[in-house]
Amino acid sequence: MIHARSLARTFRTRTGPVEAVRGVDLDVEAGEIVGFLGPNGAGKTTTLRMLTTLLVPTSGSAEVAGCDLLHDPVGVRRRIGYVAQGGVTLPQARTGEEVVDQARLYGVSSRDARRRGQELFDQLDLEGLWGRTCGSLSGGQRRRLDIVMGLVHSPGLVFLDEPTTGLDPQSRANLWGHIRGLRDELGVTVFLTTHYLDEADALCDRLLVIDNGAIVAGGTPEHLKRAVSGDAITLTVREPADADTSLLVVKDLPGAEGAASREVAELGSQVTVRVPVGGAALPGLLRALDARGVTPEAVEVRRPTLDDVFLSLTGRSLRDAG
Amino acid sequence: MAFLRESWIVFARALRLSLRNPVWVVIGLVQPVLYLALFAPLLKKVVESTPGLPPGDAWQIFVPGLLIQLGIFGAAFVGFGLIAEWRAGVIERMRVTPAHRMALLVGRVARDVVVLLVQATLLTLVAVPFGLRAPVGGVLLALLVVAFLAAAFSSLSYAAALVLKSEDALAPLLNGIAIPLLLLSGILLPMSIAPAWLQTLSDVNPLKHIVDGVRAFFRGDLGTSTAGWGLFWAAVLVLAGVLVGTRTFRRESA
Repeated sequence: MIHARSLARTFRTRTGPVEAVRGVDLDVEAGEIVGFLGPNGAGKTTTLRMLTTLLVPTSGSAEVAGCDLLHDPVGVRRRIGYVAQGGVTLPQARTGEEVVDQARLYGVSSRDARRRGQELFDQLDLEGLWGRTCGSLSGGQRRRLDIVMGLVHSPGLVFLDEPTTGLDPQSRANLWGHIRGLRDELGVTVFLTTHYLDEADALCDRLLVIDNGAIVAGGTPEHLKRAVSGDAITLTVREPADADTSLLVVKDLPGAEGAASREVAELGSQVTVRVPVGGAALPGLLRALDARGVTPEAVEVRRPTLDDVFLSLTGRSLRDAG
Repeated sequence: MAFLRESWIVFARALRLSLRNPVWVVIGLVQPVLYLALFAPLLKKVVESTPGLPPGDAWQIFVPGLLIQLGIFGAAFVGFGLIAEWRAGVIERMRVTPAHRMALLVGRVARDVVVLLVQATLLTLVAVPFGLRAPVGGVLLALLVVAFLAAAFSSLSYAAALVLKSEDALAPLLNGIAIPLLLLSGILLPMSIAPAWLQTLSDVNPLKHIVDGVRAFFRGDLGTSTAGWGLFWAAVLVLAGVLVGTRTFRRESA
């Protein structure tokens, strides 16, 4: 569905050229939900706008929905839907009218546009809102309306830019269900950008991690977490002597990395180590500690998160960078 | 042709939105009517006692100026509406469709022309009980010129709005251009009573010739060179305006 090679975009600003996107390669096959994960300013929206013909790449090429991006942009536009980050409707316009007008600009007849629009309204929990003004809808409803606007002409590929930014947790979870439904029920390929880890985890078949305009890693969320950092085991022991012993024991664990010990007030000491599969290492670890006469106060196994992935790839935490 | 259909879709949507929010349409009309009611009576005395004025009574001299002012000022500020639409994401959403870039401009300009024509017609009709007498043919030609000016300045306003993307930048630009242009075109008082240096300056301004042309229409002098030049310059302006507007709309997309 999308095949991009060395896509790049440089902006000329008053303070000099800004390389927003540097040589991005990506491939998205039909029926996938692919996410572009990265902090604000990483180049996600710029890449998206290039792929949707809203911005001309400074260099590179791409094929989107079977059409060449540079030589047949109109063909690309016909076959894709795009839902921008900040919304796409005028507050004083009526929802139904905006939907139908948008569809008609794609060449859909008025009647088909109405029918399709109302179907989508039902599918996306917007029943009964057809005649309302766009500004009178709640945040979640407005976002779902934006998505209807991107789908009403039945594209096979849809681009969602930060689909749940600014929504409350309930609306976000609700919208994720609808986005999954797009692929499951309508067979639509979805390419979305996000800076939310939970969203990337919950929705995406595959992720592309982008930072400073370049892709730093790609793969399924599980694969990324596994490949880049293992599970973290944290032992809490009261006596400093026990801490030293524990440190020796954990260093011996197969695949152990980054064993460390530190003092924590009121708790004693915490000994941490990363191993490939924490659950498998734990029984052996506890037996080994017991054999040395160490009984830890507490043990914690923490699965890796995408934040860990990002941290190890770029040296920065997604939370800090975003 | 797809382009015409797409322009119609954009036009119908824009017109629907204007009709639902007629406040601006009414406000646009209030200013010229106030001039008619409160300024024009002063003009009658001036016309009677000043040599060098073009022929015709006060109304035939003044109303053309009001129509031109309406056409230009009314059209020049439509850019603000576009900035609002751009902020709401509407422009991007239309640009991502396969619609012709020009259709996005032409549809909106067509709506502005319709609204301004309605206002201009109403203004002329309101002037009749005040004392305006003008031939129907002349009035129709005058309305055509207003339509041209509306199209030109609406396109230019949209172009400026898309480039500046900020109301704070657009307002001074429009005022900075429109006000000198209007002052140098003789809409309130004809340039023929101006000192020589001012007359020369205004001769460079195509709007002045347009105003003189419309005054000629109102007098019934449809075949004169003044009338011809007025129509000519209006046509030039509309072509230039639409060309600049289209190029700007196309600029940021493939």
